[in-house]
Formats: sequence, structure tokens, C-alpha cells
Amino acid sequence: MKAKADSQMSINYDMENKKYWQSFGELNQSEAYQQSAKDEFQEELPFAEADNKGFLQSVTPRRDFLKYLGFSTAAAAVAASCEIPVKKAIPFANKPEDITPGVANYYATTYVQDGDVVSVIAKVRDGRPIKIEGNDLSPVTGGGTSARVQASVLDLYDTARLRFPTIDGKEVTLEAVDKAVGSALSGLGGAPVVILTSTITSPSTKDAINQFLAKYPGSRHVVYDAVSNSGILLANEATYGKKAIPSYRFDNAKVIVSLGADFLGTWISPTEFSKQYAKGKKISNKQTEMSKHIQFESVLSMTGANADDRYIHRPSEEGLVAVALLNAINGQGAAGIKDAKLKAGIEKTAKELLENKGASLVVSGSNNVNVQIVVNAINEALQSGGKTIDWSATLNYRQGIDADFVKLVDDLNAGSVGALLIFGANPAYTWYDSKKFVDGLKKTRVSVSFNTKVDETTENCKYVIPDHHYLESWGDAEPKSGHFSLLQPTIYPLFKTRQWQDSLLKWSGATTDYLGFVKQYWLGKLGSESAWDKALQDGVINPATPATATGSAFNAGAVANAASALASAPKSGKYELVIYEKTGVGVTGAANPWLQEMPDPITKATWDNYVIISPALAKSLLGIDMARSGDADAYEVHPPKHVLKITAGGKSVELPALIIPGLQPDTIAIAVGYGRSEKLGKSVVGSGKNIFPFVSTVNGTISYTVSDVSIANTGEKYEVAITQTHGSYDTSQGKRVEVMKEMTLAELKAHPDAIVKEREEELKPFGGIEKFEKEGTIYPHFEKPGIHWGMSVDLNSCTGCGACVVACNAENNVPVVGKSEVLRGHEMHWLRIDRYYSGDVDNPKVVFQPLMCQHCDNAPCENVCPVAATNHSSEGLNQMTYNRCIGTRYCANNCPFKVRRFNWADYTGADSFPNNQAGEINDVVMMMNDDLTRMVLNPDVTVRSRGVIEKCSFCVQRLQEGKLKAKRDSRKLTDSDINVACAQSCPSDCITFGNANDPESAVSKARKENSNRLFISLEQIHVLPNVTYMTKVRNTEEEAEAKHEGKKEGAHA
Amino acid sequence: MIHLRHFAGKLILGFILALIFQLGNSAKAQDGKALFTANCASCHKVHERMTGPALEGVEDRWPDKKKLHAWIHNSAAVLASGDAYANNLFNEYGKVAMTPFPSLSDKDIDAILTYIKSVPKVDPSKKDGPTAKAEGGDNTLLFGILTLILAVVAFVLLQVNSNLKKLSDDKAGVPAHEPVPFWRNKAYIAFLTIILFLLGGFLVVKGAIGLGRTQNYEPKQPIFYSHKVHAGVNQINCLYCHGSTMEGKQANIPSVNVCMNCHMAINEYKGEKLFTAEGEEVNGTAEIQKLYKYAGFEPGKAWDASKAKPIEWTRIHNLPDHVYFNHSQHVKAGQVQCQTCHGDITKMDEVKQFAPLSMGWCVNCHRETKVQFKDNGFYSIYEKYHQDLKNGKLDSTKGITVEMIGGTECQKCHY
Repeated sequence: MKAKADSQMSINYDMENKKYWQSFGELNQSEAYQQSAKDEFQEELPFAEADNKGFLQSVTPRRDFLKYLGFSTAAAAVAASCEIPVKKAIPFANKPEDITPGVANYYATTYVQDGDVVSVIAKVRDGRPIKIEGNDLSPVTGGGTSARVQASVLDLYDTARLRFPTIDGKEVTLEAVDKAVGSALSGLGGAPVVILTSTITSPSTKDAINQFLAKYPGSRHVVYDAVSNSGILLANEATYGKKAIPSYRFDNAKVIVSLGADFLGTWISPTEFSKQYAKGKKISNKQTEMSKHIQFESVLSMTGANADDRYIHRPSEEGLVAVALLNAINGQGAAGIKDAKLKAGIEKTAKELLENKGASLVVSGSNNVNVQIVVNAINEALQSGGKTIDWSATLNYRQGIDADFVKLVDDLNAGSVGALLIFGANPAYTWYDSKKFVDGLKKTRVSVSFNTKVDETTENCKYVIPDHHYLESWGDAEPKSGHFSLLQPTIYPLFKTRQWQDSLLKWSGATTDYLGFVKQYWLGKLGSESAWDKALQDGVINPATPATATGSAFNAGAVANAASALASAPKSGKYELVIYEKTGVGVTGAANPWLQEMPDPITKATWDNYVIISPALAKSLLGIDMARSGDADAYEVHPPKHVLKITAGGKSVELPALIIPGLQPDTIAIAVGYGRSEKLGKSVVGSGKNIFPFVSTVNGTISYTVSDVSIANTGEKYEVAITQTHGSYDTSQGKRVEVMKEMTLAELKAHPDAIVKEREEELKPFGGIEKFEKEGTIYPHFEKPGIHWGMSVDLNSCTGCGACVVACNAENNVPVVGKSEVLRGHEMHWLRIDRYYSGDVDNPKVVFQPLMCQHCDNAPCENVCPVAATNHSSEGLNQMTYNRCIGTRYCANNCPFKVRRFNWADYTGADSFPNNQAGEINDVVMMMNDDLTRMVLNPDVTVRSRGVIEKCSFCVQRLQEGKLKAKRDSRKLTDSDINVACAQSCPSDCITFGNANDPESAVSKARKENSNRLFISLEQIHVLPNVTYMTKVRNTEEEAEAKHEGKKEGAHA
Repeated sequence: MIHLRHFAGKLILGFILALIFQLGNSAKAQDGKALFTANCASCHKVHERMTGPALEGVEDRWPDKKKLHAWIHNSAAVLASGDAYANNLFNEYGKVAMTPFPSLSDKDIDAILTYIKSVPKVDPSKKDGPTAKAEGGDNTLLFGILTLILAVVAFVLLQVNSNLKKLSDDKAGVPAHEPVPFWRNKAYIAFLTIILFLLGGFLVVKGAIGLGRTQNYEPKQPIFYSHKVHAGVNQINCLYCHGSTMEGKQANIPSVNVCMNCHMAINEYKGEKLFTAEGEEVNGTAEIQKLYKYAGFEPGKAWDASKAKPIEWTRIHNLPDHVYFNHSQHVKAGQVQCQTCHGDITKMDEVKQFAPLSMGWCVNCHRETKVQFKDNGFYSIYEKYHQDLKNGKLDSTKGITVEMIGGTECQKCHY
């Protein structure tokens, strides 16, 4: 009994003492941090009266006051005498049957971009798509989306899209370009034609390509992926005899080990994997078994941040780690690893893997064939085949083999290629030897680009026939063999563009267009017109019976060679560079303002790329010691960051440095996707530098690490817009722990009621949990009849990916403010994902917490509004009425969650005077006000004007619509009637929303079934939020050990 | 001087009271009228027999008022009870059952009955014009003149009073001040200033409130489309043309092909003469020709719908962008009649804006209108209200209003 009591004590002790921090300033409680926590708004208020000189001497003296008074009176008089403009109501000439003005239609289609495929539903209002949702009918992605998918609708209305075909940059008609290309192709005289594309998953497109190639003998199709997965394809060919990627089943794995694969963020099919991964993380009061995720990596990735255990190593050691793991599994121990921590980690991991044979999965993000062969051998040793690795269906997202492209570049330069047709690939930007490619391209007689914009490759092509956006296209895709997803247009093409398959068919002499072609293809497979219609309506064609997972014969022949190749000590310099892909921007997203402004999950930086360095490196290189509060302030409080010059192999790049814990100390990392051609739109202008030139080919595959770089401090500084320290605040208790809770699985199992007890303890002075609502306040208690909206957020399955952030932007017309405004803390996101570090500064644990308006039933913002612009609804919504708001910002000041946003400028062009802020607000914001871009706005949500506060509304427009649907059908409201945008977009189902008064609703059930983990942010201040959270549970023993040590230290002190 | 101030105070108070009284009065009269137009007018007239009987003297015809109320709430129930008068009436009017109005409260019905009593009988031989004016014009002018006369009288009396006082003072030997002429009398000036300020303020505020509001807006349309002819004389259901009213936020304006469904066959106008608001005669057949021009239709030939061009109607009902209004919410879920907001559309040739479409107007209706609390399954979740209705805590005749379920909260219309 005594022992038990002791452990209980220790849990309470440790929970209170565990420190969570968002910034180094917070970690050290530095002066500037404390100052910023006190100031709600970053800049000084523009009132000069405060300087004791008196009112008359102030900047705005009496005369000015009278002038303004006179002007406003006159303006009001003029405005009053204006006639109300006559508006026209123009109905259809012939109303299409399926369009009801003001009612949205939903069409199933497919997001296809650079090989990525996600089945989606496009919401179309009055003929224009305004929002992308996940398609629940797809067993591959299960209704999940990603930030990129959510943002893709904005690309449709991109002002920088090429609007017509061109020859040598001059506008021509489609007929003219067809004629010109036709005669050019026929004049090739037998020289081969090469079609260069990113990965094509569409079976009908492949048919069309083959049909075209057949007409030009000697021609070929080269697949080139900007971020290559050749290594895995070739390794599988060597060991399984198949040049393909198998289906991974993260949901079947009890132990997941990732060797640097960012499978939740960017690796192969993150949306699909997130869904599977979340299944293993779903626990409840009854079910407390959850998967364990161990990550080995050099740079803190989003996936690494979610890992239960995480070990860091040098990038050049990735092969050694893989081999050591294989050896450890084979019972030989992790010999050859010098770092003790890492070695112990590998051995421990091997033990856990072996304990879960057949229920474990090891993946690697490396593009090194040998590493992937060793990983295959590990999985084979663990009997993963047929269980967590399924060869019955292959993943088709990446098919490019690097050597093919290398050969193509050589052929181009040799002048042996007659014509190059490019679709979806942009090697002039993404290929490391871009100059060689462009030179070769210029030597090619016929160069045709089907890319939608004048990107770096397209501007070097003679003929350009821009492709439709996917929302304007017909087509199909096969992301996973046997699983098909169809595309149908959701809008009439905006510009004089044409689907590239149409061009291919036309040039190969086919008489049908691509629609006829794809339909014919599917009629042949499906048998009937009605089956085709049904497939289009569903958007997906699934295998009749889900295939049973199968393994594949393993050929171990290559393993020994691979292992020995890896084991021979790799040479590396002092500093190593990792080139990575960002979760949001990726390779092609820089032209999308929503993605640019979405804070990166880890760095929380927007609008730029940068060098990520470790705190240790910062200390040795820049002399910034993050443990000293003055240094932390100098680095963190001011946006300008030290610019470093990174040099390797004769190339150099200068980028600002961000200090991020969790990096291997001598490793730096830079993201791809920046430094783009300014022709791609306003949002790429001045945004970051291109790091692709640092990539190189090693042993036939592209390597995204550089093993020897030199780093120099340029002494210059560059401003980076980081949101992580915005809106921080302090409580008199000074404990940020209250906002978010975390525990280990062991703790939860040993003391399921630990959280409940903690809450009970906290609320004891106010009557305990039960009586808290009524007794903890002097305000009256209000009845909650009918509906009471509630949201439950499971921190355990949130991966921090940011899909919800972009979904919220799209749904609620949340404006883009541009870098200059983010720098001033003026970002407008209604939903942010807070990233907390805890533990070891060199390898911290990370918790993500999505934070939106908590819709407090006893909201502190409501009773400080002088004009009652924010008040409470009987359904539990904290309502914001823009037209009443006079912009005092008292509410934002009084909000304990800091989720209220103020419109400092007219970001969305809502003011009566058009372009009244040209030159004052960012160019990107001006671009977002373009008539074309504004087509993406949701007509059911008010576009806010300058000077008002806004915040999460729980998507009230969707709630009203859902209620109305139920009312029209005269029935009770059900969960299927309503869903908020963030919950819909989430690939890991961490947000549940519904009527909390209905015991049958999903949110009520989620709260009931997880009452042990349920907590309310800042519960003890009695604001009574309608958002509840579920504690993050980490499946690790490390915590317990650390605590033990901590306690000892405490005893010493 | 003191009695003078006292008098002025009384005058202002009286003035304000008169104003309030007047406003209150006209509001009440309008209530019954609006309810009548919204609910009864499609079948009843006051003095003439229509689908239903003329309503003049209806209270005297029914044996007791309770029965009349019951009849209006649910006529079928009264018929079933075997009431002789009711059954006679039913048979007399071709066994057409009267629509039940469960949503009308007793107070509403009384307001309608009061209105019916107030409608004077019109001599059909005389033109509508002048009577309509007398009915519509309130007594503001009369009261105004009366107030002015009283003010002049009061002024004269004050002057007389002051003269008499001066005389008596002279007599008593009280040294008199130099008499101040009334235009320099500070009391008068102050009084006048206050009056002007109040009046000016009233007008400014009224004008400011009216900014952007366009009640009675009746623009000229590209085609003289008469709702009176279509919905009134020819009894075409509103939903035939405005179909999406039941499904969506907008009660769509019909597209040309909807017009052509009928007008392929109907190519001339033979009905009563049509007049514009200004009194000019309209050639109905020529207006149909205008439609043909938009449709690209030549009578006698097959119509190619793809040649149609949309008609650019002038929009009459304009809500600001920050207001969300949904027709299906009101018409389908709320069972509100079109006429409640759009007025007696069956009598309008060119449509005018009947309602002010102001927020006050919306909110008033939300305060008074009952939701379909028992009939609509959606409201079953409001268990407490159902309980309270049963055990009498809530007045079941008053029912559950839109306001009680949160219908006057900001984010019901603004988001």
C-alpha cells in the first residue's frame, strides 16, 4: 500500500513540475518574454497624449480634431445624399436542373498533384468550387485531407496561371499551336520524342501516353519526381523482384519504427498514413492499448515530434543505424554505434520490435538503395510481410527512377532527343544541375510544356499549352493498385486552357477527346453507363472485396552487400546538411498564399525557408546561449535572425538561422520549395532561397543530405515571421501546464483517474468538478435547452499537420496578411496549432495543441465589450457580430486563450473604397483582393472589414445549414447534418464536433468514453469552455526514468 | 416667469405624449391589417364573397367568440364536433375546408377582427383612390394643426397675461422693467431652441435610420410583368416560378425557360386593362413580345432554348451583405406565408417592396411568431419546453416563439 501511495505522490509531484515551453524565452523566463507576455499587442498604441505634454500639444490637437469632425460630418452628409445604387437580378436564361441558386452542390473528384492523389469532394456554390473536403468513401484516405489539398482550391483562382497557349511566349489560339506542334513533330525525321512527367497514376492517361508513343517509334516516357523515392523502388526490385512500393499498414502495427521517414507529413502518402497511424493512437477508458512509435532522425520532423521515443543521429549515420538495427534484431547487438544513447536506443527498439513480431513496421525515408534493402531485411526478419506490409496492392504515388532522368539530361545535351513534352515536372527548378537540363532543353528542337504556370522549365519551352486545374479536369487515378479515384470538372474552364491528355490524343491522331477516351476506358471496365455514373458520383471505385494482405517472396541476396556497403564508415565533415520538404509548402506550394502563411508545424515560421540549427550549434557558432535569458531574448524577441552562409561543393546559399531543439548538434537543415521564379505569383517574391542545387546523385540515386558543409556567419540579419511567440501571456499562477496536459501510458494504466483527481484537486475550493459550474462563480446559472454545441479535441491523435488551419482559412474567408503583417503579430488564423516542447532541450518531447475560440459559456470577452458586439447564444456559441464591433479590442485583451484576431487593415477588400490601401498592405494581400482570387470566398460568411475583431465561430454557417436541413425534414438533428471545417479536414480524426446535449452524439460519446483523459484548458478560471481536450498520452518509459533523476536532483537541492 | 416655465414644461410633455400615443395607435392598427393580408386575404375579402365568405360582421354571425376562434385555429375540429352553423357554412362554400391557422394566437385573431370592423364599406361605383387615402392617412396633420392653434392661443394668452401683470404692477406702483419684446425674451428663445433641437434631432435620426432602406421601392422593370395577372387573376402558385424558395436561401427569379413553359402557347393578353404606377396604359401583348425577344422565340416556330438571353430585372429586395436570410427557413421550416413579408402580391402589377426590411422589423416578427413547435420533429429536443407546455408553466396559447429558441441572437442572421 505504501509503495502505491508513494507512486501516486510522485505522479502529482511530477505533473506539477514538468515544464512545457513554446520558446526559449519562456523556458528561461527571460525579461523580454515576461514583458511580451504582459503586452497583448506588440506595438505601442498611437496615442501621443500619454507624454504628459497635455492635449493641446499632442500630435492630434484641437484644430485637427475640429477638422476631422468637419470632414466626417461633410462626408456623412455626402454619403447620406448618395442614391442607393440600382442592382440587377439576373436569372439564368435556362436554369440547369441541378443548380439551385444559393444551394451548394458537392461533386466527388480527386486532388492530383505531382503524384499525390487524394479523393475529395468539391463544394460548388453557384458554379464555382470554394472548398475541398475529404471523400469518406475512399478506403485509402478515409475522408482525410492535408493542408496542401485544402489549399489547392486557391490555385484554381491563381492570378498567375497562364491563360492561353503560347508559342515563344506570345499568345496563340489552340488551333494555331496544334498546327505548329503537329508540323514540328512530323518534321522530326525519326528523332525520338520524350514525354517527361511527374508520377502518373492515371490508367487512362497511361493508355493515352502509350497511344502517342506508338505513333512516334523510339519514343519514351520518363517519370521524374522532384523529391525522389527511387531508393525504395530499386531496393524492392532487388529484394522482392518488384519495382514498386507496397501498401503499408500502420494501423496493424503495434511498434512503428521510422528511420527518418516523415510519413505523417511528406513521405509517399501522408494523408493515408495519418489515418492509419491515428487508429493505433485511439485509446479510451476501456481500451488502453496503443501503438508505439520510435523515430530515428537527424532533424526534428513533424513525424518525429509525434514519436513516443525519439533518437537523434548524424545524417551520414543513417546507414549505420539501419544496419545496427538489423544486427540487433538478429541478436548481434548494435555494434559499430559510438553514441551510447543511440546504441541503447537501437537495442531497446530491436527488443520491442522482436516482442511484436508480425505487428511491427520499420520504414525509412532514405533514398539510398542500400538503406532501403537493409530496412526490407529488417521487416523480413520481423515477419511484417502480409501483416504491416501488404504486397496485394502497391502504392503508386512515386514511380520515378533517378537514373532515367540522368540519362534524359545526357540525351538532351547530346542532341539526340527530337521533342520533349513536359507535364507536371519542373526540372529547371527541382533538378540540382538545372543549368545542364536547361542547356539540353534549348538544344531540343521541339519543346512543349503543359504546366499551368510559366515556371522555371516552361519559360524555356517553345510551345506552351497550359493544362486545366484538376477542378476543371476529367480523369482518373489509381493511387493504390485496385483503388481508383475519378476526376470530374467542377467548374467550366476559366481560361483558354486544355487538358494535356487532349493534346496527346489530338497529336496522336485520335478522334475522341480525353473525356470520350476516359469514359470509353471505364465503360469497358465497368460495363454500363449507370455504373460509370455511379462511379463518378462516388468518386471512387473500390475493390469489390478488400484484398487480404499478402507478403512477397524475399530475396536476401542483396542484403549482405548492402549492409557491408553501409557499414564501411562513411566520411563526413564537421557539419552536415539535411534537405527536407515542408509539410505545407512542399515543392510546389510556395505560390499558394494559404500554404505560405500556414506556420510550419515545428518552426512555426511563415513565408520563408531558413537554416535550422541546434541550440548547441547556435552557442558555438553564433555565440547565442539559449540558456542565458539575455541571449534568448536577443534571438527570439526580435524577428531579424543571423544570416548564415552555407557552402558545399562550390555552391553557397545565404539564409537566416532558426534555432530549433531536437536537431543533431552538428546538423543543419534547409527546406526545398523556395526561391522560385517571380512569374509564379506575388507570394513567391522574396520568399526564401532555392536549395535544390545542393542535392547530388550518390550511387545512382539522389541524396538529400550533404555530408560536408561549411557554415559562416555573415554578420547580416534577415527578418523571419514566426508565430510561435505571438499572443503569449502569463497567468498569476505562471503555469502554462494548465493549458495542455500530457502523461505516459504507464501512468495512465497505473492511475486511470490521475487527470480526474488532478482536476478535482484544482477545483476543490470551488466545489469540485460536479458543483464547479454553479458554485465557482457569482454569475447566475443559465439553462441549456435544445442544442449545446461542443467540441472534443484528442491531443493523442493530433499530428500537428495543419490541414485544419488551411481548411478554416478556406471555409471562413480568413484573410492572408502577408509576411510584413505576420512579423507584427497581425496574423488572422482563427485556428492555430500550438507547439509545446518539454524535457531535454537537445531532444525535447513535442505536444501539439489545436487552439481555436473555446466558446466559453462564461466568456471573459463578452462582459468587457462596451457595445455587446460579442455575446452568448443559447446554443453555447460565443457570437461575434462584426457590424456592432467598434474595435476597442478589449475582448482580445481579456481572452485567456488569445484566439481573437483584429483586422488591422482591409485585408479582404471589404471596405467601400477599392484599393484604398494599395502600397500600404502587402502585394500578396492585394493579389488576394483580385476579382479572380475573390471567387474562392465563401458567400455564406461575411467578409470582414477593417477595424473589427473576428474569431472562430464554430463554423456557424454550417450549423445553421445543418439545423435547417433537419427542420425541413422535420426530424432531430444528427451528427451527419453538421461538421465543422477543421474536423472534416483532419486526417487523423482528432476533432469531434456535435450537440453535447444529445447523449447519442459523437462528441458526447467521445467525452464519456474518454472521461479519464478529458480536461478543460484553464478550467479553474471558470470560463467554462465548450471545447474539451483529451490528454496526450505517450507510450514511453523514458519519462519515468527522467523523473527519477529529477527527483534525486531535487533531493540534492 | 415661474408659471411660464411650468406651462412650457407641460406643453412639451403633452407634445411628446401625443407623439407616442399616435405612434402606438398606428402600430396596433397595422398589426391586424398585416395579419389579415398574410393569412386571410388569399381567400377572404371584408365586404365581398371570395373563396370564403365576406368577413364583415363575422363576429355577429357566430354564436360565440370562442367557437369562432376554434374555427380559425382548426376548422376541421369544429366541423367534426357537429356544430350546425359550421356545417352549414361548409356546405354552402362547396365543402372546401378552411386552412387551419394554429399559429395565430387569440390576440392575433382579435387584432384581425378589430381590423375587419375598421374597414369601411366602399361604394363600388366610386373610384378606390380617395377612400384609400382617407383610410391610409392618419391624423398627424389634424393633430399638428390643432397643436399649432393651441400653441398660438397659449402664446396670445401669455402675452395678455404679461400685459395684465404689467398693468396691475403699474397700478400697485411696483417699478416696472422695460418690457422685453417676445423675440428677445430668453424664455421664448430657449423654448424655441429646444423645440427646434428636438425636431431637428428627430428628423436627423429618422433620416439616418432610413438610410439604405427602400420600403415601397417600385422600380420600372424591363418587362411589365404583372404579379396581379399571374398570381392573382390566373392563380398561379408562387412556387411554380419561385421553386427554390422551399430548398434554398434564395427565392430564385424564374429563368426564361420557366416563362416560356406557358408563354409558348399564350402569346396575347386579353385580360383587364393594365396600368403602370404612373397611370399609363400597358399593352400586355407587347410585353409578351418583349419576352419572346429575350427568349429568341418566334411564334409558330420551334423554340431553341439555347438562344435565350437572361432578363436583367431590377432587384427590389436588397439585404446588406452581412445579413443572412434563408427563404426555406421561413417558408418551409417556419411555414410563413409569402405575403407576410411581400405584401399582397396578388394585387400588385409591378412589385414594390412591401416590408421595410429593417432589423427592427425582422426582430419584431421573431419575437411574436411561433415556431412549429409540436409539428416539426426538430423541436423535439427542447424537452424542457415541451414539459413546461404540458404542465402549464408556459402559456400554450402563446406557444414557443422564435425568440424563445434563440431566434433573436446575433449569429442567427449575422455570420
